[in-house]
Amino acid sequence: MTPAAAVDGDHRRAPAHATDAADALLAPVLTVGSGFRRWTVALAAVVAWAAFAYAWQLTQGLGATGLGRPVYWGLYITNFVFFIGVSHAGTLISAILRIVHAEWRRPITRMAEVITVLVLFFGVGNVLLDLGRPDRALNVLWHPHFASPLLWDISSISIYLTASSLYLYLPLIPDIALLRDRTTGWRHVLYRRLAIGWTGAPDQWRRLERAIGAMAIIVIPIAVSVHTVVSWVFAMTIQPMWHSTIFGPYFVVGAIFSGIAAIITAMVIVRKVYGLERYLQPIHFNNLGILLLVMTCLWFYFTFAEHLTTWYGQEPIELSVFMAKVSGRFAPFFWAMVAFCFVIPFAILANPRTRTIAGTFVASISVNIGMWLERFTIVVPSLSNPRAPIHTFVYVPSWVEWSLMAGCFAAFALLYMGFTKLFPIIAIWELDSAADAAPEPAHPPAPPFGPGAGGAFPHGRLAREER
Amino acid sequence: MPRWGLVIDLDRCTGCQACVVACKHENNVPLSTPAAAAAGRLMTWIQLVSVEGPARGRPGAMPLMCQQCDRPPCVDVCPTGATYLNPEGIVGQIYARCIGCRYCTNACPYAVKVFNWSTPAWPESMVPMANPDVSLRPKGIVEKCTFCHHRLIAARERARAAGRELADGDYVPACAQTCPADAMVFGDLDDPHSEAAALARSPRAFRWMEELGTRPKVIYLREGE
Repeated sequence: MTPAAAVDGDHRRAPAHATDAADALLAPVLTVGSGFRRWTVALAAVVAWAAFAYAWQLTQGLGATGLGRPVYWGLYITNFVFFIGVSHAGTLISAILRIVHAEWRRPITRMAEVITVLVLFFGVGNVLLDLGRPDRALNVLWHPHFASPLLWDISSISIYLTASSLYLYLPLIPDIALLRDRTTGWRHVLYRRLAIGWTGAPDQWRRLERAIGAMAIIVIPIAVSVHTVVSWVFAMTIQPMWHSTIFGPYFVVGAIFSGIAAIITAMVIVRKVYGLERYLQPIHFNNLGILLLVMTCLWFYFTFAEHLTTWYGQEPIELSVFMAKVSGRFAPFFWAMVAFCFVIPFAILANPRTRTIAGTFVASISVNIGMWLERFTIVVPSLSNPRAPIHTFVYVPSWVEWSLMAGCFAAFALLYMGFTKLFPIIAIWELDSAADAAPEPAHPPAPPFGPGAGGAFPHGRLAREER
Repeated sequence: MPRWGLVIDLDRCTGCQACVVACKHENNVPLSTPAAAAAGRLMTWIQLVSVEGPARGRPGAMPLMCQQCDRPPCVDVCPTGATYLNPEGIVGQIYARCIGCRYCTNACPYAVKVFNWSTPAWPESMVPMANPDVSLRPKGIVEKCTFCHHRLIAARERARAAGRELADGDYVPACAQTCPADAMVFGDLDDPHSEAAALARSPRAFRWMEELGTRPKVIYLREGE
């Protein structure tokens, strides 16, 4: 049962503070400022340029990239793995926090879930960008060959996209109804359709909370499967430093790691842009910072284990890839990855004094860069050092590849901004129910061994400070 | 049903590359420039690679083409079944189905599958010389040595017309036919009386990277001392 399910529906009817909160959170949805317009134009220009680059690639073939034999995969596949990794931000983290009743999750879950759903499109999109014949992409459905890990990917990612969209949509319904009652015109029509007759009746609440609770559990194994299967695309081959049994968990850890970093990055930006300082407080950044610290250590452990086994074995084929990474052509990327994924975030996050909003922001940007480099140093060095003694070359991504990468990030930002103009980026009703569920200020915080104790954070603290 | 295989005697191979030229002409493989080859865009179904180590007595060139594995890693990973193992043991590529994801090229430990980075083009004088039996491949798909599959189809038709089973000696690929040093012997590995099968049993015989379990049907004969 979710914590909100314990709350009597009557409490929710019309608490005075709820309307204030709703007004504050709905204002940015319904108004568009000049800053928003400027950013939209700038990002749209980047997307338009990327569209031109893609048209160029379609006419020229993949010769427009810097790829060749044997480096058949490059930036696009790196981005595919990176984006799918970031997609673990939302759903998985919000689901876990929901299940363990971490009350502080309330203002951040939606922000995270939106990242998941949007970024999945760019993960899949990068595979399509990478296809020599995108017009034949549907052949994977007309002639599926299920022995191929790519088919596992397609199955897993489409299930994940469905589940995480549902998991984003369900908690949106009460807020959509709120918007429906406050808007006119096309917005009203849109919200009326999407609210599917939500009136806030007690049995509706009961069903909704049951559905959210079920989805929170269902999405976890699906999310784990997604990044496991992405890693198996590499690990199922017999190529050096791809053919590794720990790739599944290694990629899942990396995914959650980059996912948390993506949430923190988004939170800092949204907080600043929409003035949500009341809702996104240092405690959120501190708690997520601790989670990120844990993942930093886990990431280091996996990376160390993976590379030590390879080096200790001294198997020549594996070693040629290993040496290319630690001291050869890819050393700058490899050591930058270690710095960005471990040294910098660990130094910042291990110290409570630097685990501030600014500190976690710097750490999360560092992790984002580092995890992208990690994906790159997994994909390219193995391909650049093949078993067969054929001619190899130095892969340098072309302007087309860089443009499409920029276009993906710009389009993601654009869609995220668009979402904030259609729906509240903080779940209004979840804050309300937290306020209702909150103990009186005089009461002690959550019991030390209770389910809410995970965050060591008193229930409803936010709501109290709000009043 | 024959199980086609190719034995390459490295003791006889002179490294003249006649097989490379023959293959290009036979299979309509586009020409490349040194610059394209340096950028990893070499189009070739067979090439000479330099191999050192225990596989050979001394460093030297070795003709490398699709090893026609009995357990091909490329076939496992293809998401559409565009690359497949046919009953006669030849790893085929369905050009019309390939989506160009290049998973097979990355899974192949021999790196012998090539991708059409752009629309193939030939000097104008060569265009009329294209082999009408072999389809031209569009940009964006993967191709590789097929053991001259079109010759197999013709041989199968001839056998059927003559009312007999296809057998060893009914066809040879262009590389084996061309080799001036007779270093390449093509035939049915399952036929104990075929020359290819006899050579494959030679103590000099090895399959490249056989430790990977790919079970290639291209068999090399080590150089003598």
